[in-house]
Amino acid sequence: MTAPMTRDARRADTTEARLAAIDLPTGGFTAPARAEALARLGTMGLPARRDEYWRWTDPAKLNAEQPEAGAAFRVDRPIFEGRDKLRLVFEDGVFDAAASDDPVLAGVEIARLSEADRADIHWAKAQYGALEASGQTPVARPFAALNTAAATEGVLIRVTGKAARPLHISYRQSEKTSDVILHHVVRIEEGAELTLLETGTPGARSNVVMEVDVARGARFHHIRPQGRATDRVMVTHLFARVAEDATFKSFTLTTNGKFTRNEAVIEVAGDGATAHIAGAALGDGEDGPFHHDDTVFIDHGAVGCESRQVFKKVLKHGATGVFQGKILVRPGAQKTDGYQISQSLLLDDDSQFLAKPELEIYADDVKCSHGSTTGAIDETALFYLRSRGVPEADAKALLILSFLADAIAEIEDEDLAGDVVARLEDWLARRRG
Amino acid sequence: MLEIKNLHVELEEEGKPILKGVNLTVEAGKVHAIMGPNGSGKSTLSYVLSGRDGYAVTEGAATLDGEELLEMEPEERAAAGLFLAFQYPVEIPGVGNMTFLRTAVNAQRKARGEEELSAGEFLKVVREKAKTLKIDAEMLKRPVNVGFSGGEKKRNEILQMAMLEPRMCILDETDSGLDVDAMKLVAEGVNALRDPGRAFLVITHYQRLLDHIKPDVVHIMADGRIVKTGGPELALEVERNGYADILAEIA
Repeated sequence: MTAPMTRDARRADTTEARLAAIDLPTGGFTAPARAEALARLGTMGLPARRDEYWRWTDPAKLNAEQPEAGAAFRVDRPIFEGRDKLRLVFEDGVFDAAASDDPVLAGVEIARLSEADRADIHWAKAQYGALEASGQTPVARPFAALNTAAATEGVLIRVTGKAARPLHISYRQSEKTSDVILHHVVRIEEGAELTLLETGTPGARSNVVMEVDVARGARFHHIRPQGRATDRVMVTHLFARVAEDATFKSFTLTTNGKFTRNEAVIEVAGDGATAHIAGAALGDGEDGPFHHDDTVFIDHGAVGCESRQVFKKVLKHGATGVFQGKILVRPGAQKTDGYQISQSLLLDDDSQFLAKPELEIYADDVKCSHGSTTGAIDETALFYLRSRGVPEADAKALLILSFLADAIAEIEDEDLAGDVVARLEDWLARRRG
Repeated sequence: MLEIKNLHVELEEEGKPILKGVNLTVEAGKVHAIMGPNGSGKSTLSYVLSGRDGYAVTEGAATLDGEELLEMEPEERAAAGLFLAFQYPVEIPGVGNMTFLRTAVNAQRKARGEEELSAGEFLKVVREKAKTLKIDAEMLKRPVNVGFSGGEKKRNEILQMAMLEPRMCILDETDSGLDVDAMKLVAEGVNALRDPGRAFLVITHYQRLLDHIKPDVVHIMADGRIVKTGGPELALEVERNGYADILAEIA
């Protein structure tokens, strides 16, 4: 009987120590939401290795009071550089006004959490922390609660029309020990549309939460290349609620990073809603340790909705990939079309892929499928390409792109998808020979 | 052009001998056919020549214009002018047929020290060649061989051949899975490529493909060896009497 007590006590100690190291904000319109988040965190505590959803990913680096020092990553060639977009730059979590565009975009209201928090009346008041709170069941997401309680910066985006160009949140890291907490709140009003680009690595250690409320008939398209910083330690949470006939699509590209945990909790809440979430992660242990975890929860609570999860991982030299994905179909969520695929391409015998696909269905007229595979480069396809004169390294790169194609296909915009492919080709080209 | 001398090959893992001393010379401008019953080693010969893994050459040699083939990587053999049209062309999802073709053409040009084709030049050539093979723009855009019918896959092989302009073309059971119309189309594609500087080695189980691609020389292969060589009439003999008579005659 004493052992569980000890574990609880240890968890409480970890949580307390972690919070003590943070200068928690006070006041402002988010104060009540922060207080609730703090209470939630107090109840659930920070995760431990024995927790069901942390068995394969050790939370120690996130639990530590201080981040591990990591080399800052100099960006040689930013992605999406040639595209027309409105850019907001955060360096080590601090807004860089000089590097950013004027936050003026027709049909879009843009404010920063640090400024808006003093203004008492704000649409974000009702939304800040709300989706995070509802996303805490059935599985606790303590780092998201920590984020809601502690974030002092982020972007508040309200979209009332069809945004003429994408909004781009660009992260840069120049400090070796920056510990960054950012909380973004996005609201896409009825029939409105936004493409949001989120690029780079916010800090040496980063905790980013994005809450996205997609109202009836609205469309949200999210493309997130997470940068190539090898020393990065990062946890992200994407909370979304997708209303009637609305569309939510998110694609994440991860190359490198010693520790990345991307969680997504999507409530498919209105009839006829669509939610797609995809990820392509590539890690080569020769560049440094690589551990990448995608933990996804899709919650179907309405009729005639479609969800897709497409996650692909390319692993080499001791890299580790984790996928934990669940589809829940609630009673009454008939005609649900849920699809989940998680696949890994292991380029050697040293790497590993751990996958836990789950389906929980309480409606009888649904179509749900999931699959998970682990494999190596197809030797027959490799020979086919080489027999046409394509050198082995190029042929492998082509087959890796072929493997990732289904995930990349979730990017709707052809130009942006092309930029992502170019970035991938670049990454692959550096690892040849 | 292609010279195979006393080639002995076994399956690498099992150590099982498949080719037991193949001798064959294919001259420039000629079409040679290799016929034989299943398991005679026809496809193995095509794979060994093009460099597929899993086979061990235990004896003998194969040269293309005097260059030792068997030491080269598959891509080097391709750049040297060898082409294998696969019996089962491979599907490559997510890679556009056009991208694949251009990558292959430019890789070979680069290997030969030639200038790479620009997107525009490439497009012009590929469209023209695709048209004669009745390959439409849609098929060029689709991922390589994905969702292609049997006939489309084989036409796609011939398109690759037409684009890469190899000097030595090996066709492995190109007629398998084709109806008469598709076979005619494929054969026309091949015939259009016949040239004094180019040679063909047509591997087939049946005579019918040879009605459309007329061979100069026909070889019968059995148990890992070329057991009989003759003119086109040899193929007709097989068609009439099957392999049993020929094999019995040799035995």
